[in-house]
Amino acid sequence: MDPETFSGDTVIDAVSAVFMVVGALMSLAAAVGLLRFPDLMTRMHAATKPQVLGLFLLLFALGLQMRTWWVWPVLVVAWIFQLLTVPVSAHMVGRAGYRTKHLHPELLSADELEAVVQQAAGKSGFSDDDGGATTDGR
Amino acid sequence: MMQLVLTVTAVVLSLAAGGAIIRIARGPSLLDRVLASDVLLAIVGAALCIDMAVNRHLNNLMLLVAVSLIGFVGSVTVARFVADRREKPRGS
Repeated sequence: MDPETFSGDTVIDAVSAVFMVVGALMSLAAAVGLLRFPDLMTRMHAATKPQVLGLFLLLFALGLQMRTWWVWPVLVVAWIFQLLTVPVSAHMVGRAGYRTKHLHPELLSADELEAVVQQAAGKSGFSDDDGGATTDGR
Repeated sequence: MMQLVLTVTAVVLSLAAGGAIIRIARGPSLLDRVLASDVLLAIVGAALCIDMAVNRHLNNLMLLVAVSLIGFVGSVTVARFVADRREKPRGS
């Protein structure tokens, strides 16, 4: 490749092309994980890939393609918004999944919540099957 | 080169959306379906991003933020009010 075609423009195009393809592959990895993993917790692990890293790669590729500086703060704000909302929804889904027992306990290597739940259930004599719709702060 | 990237990412994202839709249809519980629809929204956002990057415009950026906001509100709401409706084998 001679130096004329190997300019900065080509390099930026190549980098953004690689980022776009890898970001799309993150979505495919999440779909494969959703189809093949056995229970809710492992599927949640797979589902975070396109939401954080995939979106980061695609927004980076978009910023490279636009060739302007003022779009970068907008893209950073969009990504930080995703970073703030994704852990909250994942926490809620995981909590509801644990409380409604959508998990395989034999697949867990550590369950630090089990002792707390047992202690609280024994203390109050309260049945734990309402799916987390209580407001006791646990 | 951008046309090649567009073709490759279109094929990959279509396969990913198909997998997520299969999990929505087949998911044994409600939470699996919520998670798979969240992934489907992420795939839609990825498609919007790739469209903007290939055609070099910014028209979809607000739509991208709105899509992620809808995914957040939807999954939090459903996870808040989900209940276990299966038969309880251990007898509570």
